[in-house]
Amino acid sequence: MASVTANRVDERLQQAPLLTRLLSRPELGAIAGTVLVFAFFAVVAGGSGMFSLKGVITFLEVSAQLGILAVFASLLMIAGEFDLSVGSMIGFAGVAIAIPVTLYGWPVWTAVLFAFGVAVLVGYVNGYITVKTGLPSFIVTLAGLFVLRGLTIGLTRLLTGRTQIPGIHKFSEGDWLAPLFGSDAFKGLFVWLAARGWIDTLPNGAPAVPGIPVSILWWLGLTAVATWVLLRTRFGNWIFACGGDKNAARNVGVPVDRVKIILFIGTACAAALFAAIQVLKFGSADTQRGLLKEFEAIIAVVIGGTLLTGGYGSAIGPAFGALIFGTVQMGIFYTGVDTDWFKVFVGVMVLVAVIFNNYIRKRMTEAR
Amino acid sequence: MAPARPLIDVQDISKQFGSVIALSGVSMTVWPGEVHCLLGDNGAGKSTLIKTLSGVHQPSSGRILLDGEPILFNSPRDALDRGIATVFQDLAMIPLMSITRNFFMGREPTKGFGPFRRFDVETANRVAREEMQKIGIDVRDPSQAVGTLSGGERQCVAIARAVYFGAKVLILDEPTSALGVKQASVVLRYVAQARARNLGVIFISHNVHHAWAVGDKFTVLNRGKTLGTFDKSQITREQLLSMMAGGKELEQLGAELEEFARADAARAGGRESPLEAGAAAEAAIAATLRQEVAEDRELLEVERRRRH
Repeated sequence: MASVTANRVDERLQQAPLLTRLLSRPELGAIAGTVLVFAFFAVVAGGSGMFSLKGVITFLEVSAQLGILAVFASLLMIAGEFDLSVGSMIGFAGVAIAIPVTLYGWPVWTAVLFAFGVAVLVGYVNGYITVKTGLPSFIVTLAGLFVLRGLTIGLTRLLTGRTQIPGIHKFSEGDWLAPLFGSDAFKGLFVWLAARGWIDTLPNGAPAVPGIPVSILWWLGLTAVATWVLLRTRFGNWIFACGGDKNAARNVGVPVDRVKIILFIGTACAAALFAAIQVLKFGSADTQRGLLKEFEAIIAVVIGGTLLTGGYGSAIGPAFGALIFGTVQMGIFYTGVDTDWFKVFVGVMVLVAVIFNNYIRKRMTEAR
Repeated sequence: MAPARPLIDVQDISKQFGSVIALSGVSMTVWPGEVHCLLGDNGAGKSTLIKTLSGVHQPSSGRILLDGEPILFNSPRDALDRGIATVFQDLAMIPLMSITRNFFMGREPTKGFGPFRRFDVETANRVAREEMQKIGIDVRDPSQAVGTLSGGERQCVAIARAVYFGAKVLILDEPTSALGVKQASVVLRYVAQARARNLGVIFISHNVHHAWAVGDKFTVLNRGKTLGTFDKSQITREQLLSMMAGGKELEQLGAELEEFARADAARAGGRESPLEAGAAAEAAIAATLRQEVAEDRELLEVERRRRH
């Protein structure tokens, strides 16, 4: 009986035209945009080294760091909330790693765990205030944006007398947790490829690119996990429900407040991850790190097809949104165009994406 | 089959919001297998009463017995767990989510264990399709957004969901008020189905015709008090109508009804044949409703002449 029904479902599903089905996927716009952007730069910057291994790794790494933020920002936005404190949280988490290590001699791994602990707390506070007061999260986290940035600068100058904390590399060497954030993966493979002459090498025979930065693996891994959670778990269904209509969700027993608080903790932890990657890769922390990242993340999410009003979106879309963002940012550099024009492009792209998303939503709810 | 005790026994419920008395001393009983219509004009206290029954509000005084046991709900979820499901006017449906996701919202079936416990999408899709088919709505793809369904179909999904999850009492808040005649008859037919499954149904409406088509008992509320509960055999539509309207506004009502009837007649003229329209039952209910509107108009006309 069950199999008969299942077969019938399949039969009927095939009747839906391919285009209709594609159009109802939130990530379609971002994927189409990615193809366009790649085609554009392949023509304009094809010979500039942008698509050499080093160039590809570079724009993937830029995309990956933004992508990590965007995935979590997307989950939160689907649940109907924003987190504008993400950028400040990056700076805060960065000094939360750097100060204990350089000033108090903590092992790097404890400092990293400490930073994640701080992120959980900040996310919880953001979420708790938002759900308990019923204020728009836009305002609550806007306050967070200023408070956290102010704390970062104030505490850092109070404790170290400056706003930059360099020299973390000498502490992170040999630390067991640090390679998880600041290293390159598949180094052996790259050396082997270089030895065969299949990839570019430095004059001394070492590969020009030492490996795949772990941030790229984090990005892909988190996107995959978030997609699975969103589409294939109860929690994922609750995320959609919270953003779609929180009263309706509450009436059928969805723990709306808990879901939102968990997602605020998620965005704060994404910021801490971003901070850990940057601090351990570059060996320094800066109180200005993460400036404007909250908006870049929202841009990637919106380009990725998630609705600002919540209730609809994906985790894959924002990954492509971040890829577009990173590719354009680096691509403009490679084409030799003044990088001042980058922001104009980003602004126009956001507007086009939102108009497109709006059209999709209309199709979703009106077409039969 | 005569049940020994009512499913729900509301005893002398009062509810105040500050200085406003929304309900004062309301009592009613709901038995399994009956449709109990709660009628009343705007502000009569219908919404407060059902919100009290469904756990949104707590009564200021009086008590509610469920299967003979006194109960006090703290949230709609509490009431839901005890088998009282309310389909609110706003439907508790999320237009951008799929039928399946809406159907199982908050009660998703899962498979697997530990961190790999996941939403059993295949089972959910199959059940949603089957349940929708039972109520006569053929869904091609249960993963299509609820926003693509018509208003009546959405009501049916909400009701089907409540029934599937084992509701004993179904509270329907104005389920037909926003719907056209044909759409309304789809919902009414499903209400009759729920009754046949021995559920107790509380049907809130200010539309006497819809209520009369499915109701077994009628409780009329006016300004926070009951004007009484009546069996279908004890009362006539026109009595119910004049009770709801409070008598003095009868003439205005009569004029309104005429207007409705004209609109209905115009719509009926342009309708496709019942066979094309689909289920004959639907058409029959729709026809009854139209006829009732016409009868009411005549009765009111008589009443008006008598008063002059």
